[in-house]
Amino acid sequence: MTDFSDAFGAALGLVLGFDADLAEIVGLSLRVSFLAVAIATAVGLPVGAAIALYRFPGRAALLVAMNALMGLPPVVVGLIVYLTLSRAGPLGVFGLLFTPAAMIFAQMLLVTPIIAALTRQVIEDLWVEYEEQLRSLGAGPGRAVPALLWDGRYSLLTAVLAGFGRASAEVGAVMIVGGNIDHVTRVMTTAIALEVSKGDLALALGLGIVLMALSLGVNGAAFALKEAAERRLG
Amino acid sequence: MILPLTIQDVSFEIGGIRLIKDLNCTLEAGPRTMILGANGAGKSLFLRLCHGLIRPTTGRVLWQGAKGRDPADAQAMVFQRPVMLRRSVAANVDYALKLRGMAAAERRAAVEDALGHTGLRRLADNPARVLSVGEQQKLALARAWALQPEVLFLDEPTASLDPAATHAVEQIINAIDAAGTRIVMTTHDLGQARRRGDEVMFLNRGRLLEKTPAERFFSEPENDLAQAFLKGELLWWQRGRDNLKRKPPKQRRQ
Amino acid sequence: MKRLMTGMAMVLGALVYAAHGAGPAAAETFITVASTTSTQNSGLYDYILPRFTTKTGITVRVIAVGTGQAVRLAKNGDADVLFVHHKASEEKFVADGFGIRRFDVMVNDFVLLGPESDPAVVGGEEDIAEALSKIAGAKAAFASRGDDSGTHKKELSLWKASGADPKAASGSWYRETGAGMGATLNTASAMNAYVLTDRATWLKFSNKGALKILVEGDKRLFNHYGIILVNPKRHPHVKVKEAQAFIDWVLGAEGQAAIGAYRIEGRQAFFPNAGR
Repeated sequence: MTDFSDAFGAALGLVLGFDADLAEIVGLSLRVSFLAVAIATAVGLPVGAAIALYRFPGRAALLVAMNALMGLPPVVVGLIVYLTLSRAGPLGVFGLLFTPAAMIFAQMLLVTPIIAALTRQVIEDLWVEYEEQLRSLGAGPGRAVPALLWDGRYSLLTAVLAGFGRASAEVGAVMIVGGNIDHVTRVMTTAIALEVSKGDLALALGLGIVLMALSLGVNGAAFALKEAAERRLG
Repeated sequence: MILPLTIQDVSFEIGGIRLIKDLNCTLEAGPRTMILGANGAGKSLFLRLCHGLIRPTTGRVLWQGAKGRDPADAQAMVFQRPVMLRRSVAANVDYALKLRGMAAAERRAAVEDALGHTGLRRLADNPARVLSVGEQQKLALARAWALQPEVLFLDEPTASLDPAATHAVEQIINAIDAAGTRIVMTTHDLGQARRRGDEVMFLNRGRLLEKTPAERFFSEPENDLAQAFLKGELLWWQRGRDNLKRKPPKQRRQ
Repeated sequence: MKRLMTGMAMVLGALVYAAHGAGPAAAETFITVASTTSTQNSGLYDYILPRFTTKTGITVRVIAVGTGQAVRLAKNGDADVLFVHHKASEEKFVADGFGIRRFDVMVNDFVLLGPESDPAVVGGEEDIAEALSKIAGAKAAFASRGDDSGTHKKELSLWKASGADPKAASGSWYRETGAGMGATLNTASAMNAYVLTDRATWLKFSNKGALKILVEGDKRLFNHYGIILVNPKRHPHVKVKEAQAFIDWVLGAEGQAAIGAYRIEGRQAFFPNAGR
């Protein structure tokens, strides 16, 4: 029990003390996860919509695979990205290993299936409701995609937040491809792992509390945004 | 003018079951057509076949006057339950016009116009989906009207509405008709058909049994099933046979 | 649909571009050193590296992983310098042509920890092999790294010297965590098990629980550190000049003094021995 109270104390101390290292780590965590989710959204939305609206051979298999990829183990993704970006690997010449770019890339791989799979479901359900009317107005599946994405925006926002949750919470991928280098690739989750390995459990838990507070903040902001938009546009 | 519309030997089959059988008719420009029939008669299917939302299994749907133009551009359809996008009333109409390639300035005027004609101007910036069903249906009509279609298909547009809303919607349909659009409408409401129709098409179990001017249909329908329908009888006892001349069974006297 | 795709592609491009710049300025000179978690967690790097950077302006980025993984990284060319503590692996690394030459840097020692209750009665024992043999005999709980690290390899060599075969008992009294030193210490502390650890990590560890140092000082418990430059012939991109500057500094008077000056809880943790 003392660990828990120590943890709250540690968390409060870090935050109120405006610990510079903590600020740096938080900043990097947010940057990496936001960018990863943004890229994953840019890829996942159209892919999910396309699979929802078009029929093609192998569609069922692709759908199942995409859903399964939502459960990709982060450490496996980290390993694969490491092997790809390593100097001994195919993309080694770019020297991207142990940089934030590698971390963004790995997290993007983790998050894209989530956004694509959820988008597919949302768009498919919407199309069932809208298909006849939209076709009547002259919009076949291709032309309807922007309207469908916009109409499904609240559900899709939840999908994006799910992706962000996954990205900001994972440690396996960023540890391997980032290397947890101080001031360079250390993020919240790898910092927590480090403190655990040093036996400083209270500090680790404190960092964990800060991380969860961050996540709460992001989700709270998204919710407020959604409420305001709904009031205006319905 | 894309009319007249000729339906030639059209059948529609799903899963081995024929839902529309050997339908032949021609819709000329001018009269308001009411399509009547029991539930499951194929009225809605027929409408969708005409509008091009589904393809016939056999036969052809020919817009004689299309001459190289895409006939879909001159048509619009309103469904029993209005389908609105999650945006404002005005934006819904605007979307339809954008799809047709209208320029922004033109669209603004057209949207204003359509909303004005349907009494929705004061709701222009409200979210469309919080409107009542009646208002949403008026919006659907506004949207269709803004497209200035030559033919407007309506699938039981007032079936979900209360009498006041029904009246309002019928007024709008009248206005659209007066502006020159050919109306083709299915309905359950015999009174409505009598009130608003110029000609009647009677469908039963996928077949067109009668197509006559409205007055004649309501006073002296030729087809015995039509007669039974007008009397309000359920047409279930014809199961298994499409014979047009069978008489109803003798009523038991108690 | 096409316009949406084009739009998305442009957004994608912009994001990837932004992502690439999301790290520290590219202008910073740095080298990458593959080392071990135990060295990192001891705090040594936090003490000596700033001195090097102030002197030369070169930043040292340490990737702290298990010895096996560190060697792998260096073999793949993902690091410029290898700085670990398992002589056999290091010599093989050089022999296979992945490194130029191995140099002694410093020594620290391992200690055997155990619960206060000391069920196998090894406290004060001077012979480590004897102590391990007693633990095996008593079937007392023992937590092992089990992760092919320098510490793990040292542990296995000591078991060999003791004549006992703990692998056969893996899962019963011999618990292989497959994890780093910190995690293994956490586990040992929670299980009240015996565990072999380097002194520096133990001094710095915050979750000591009921564990104490029971056996220390045996010569076989000494832990030798070696530093190796990754062979540029194998990996042309290696930053030879800067990496060599680091190695020279570590082996030189300043680096060696810094290593010797580092204290944990008032005690010297590492003993410099370059050139000896």
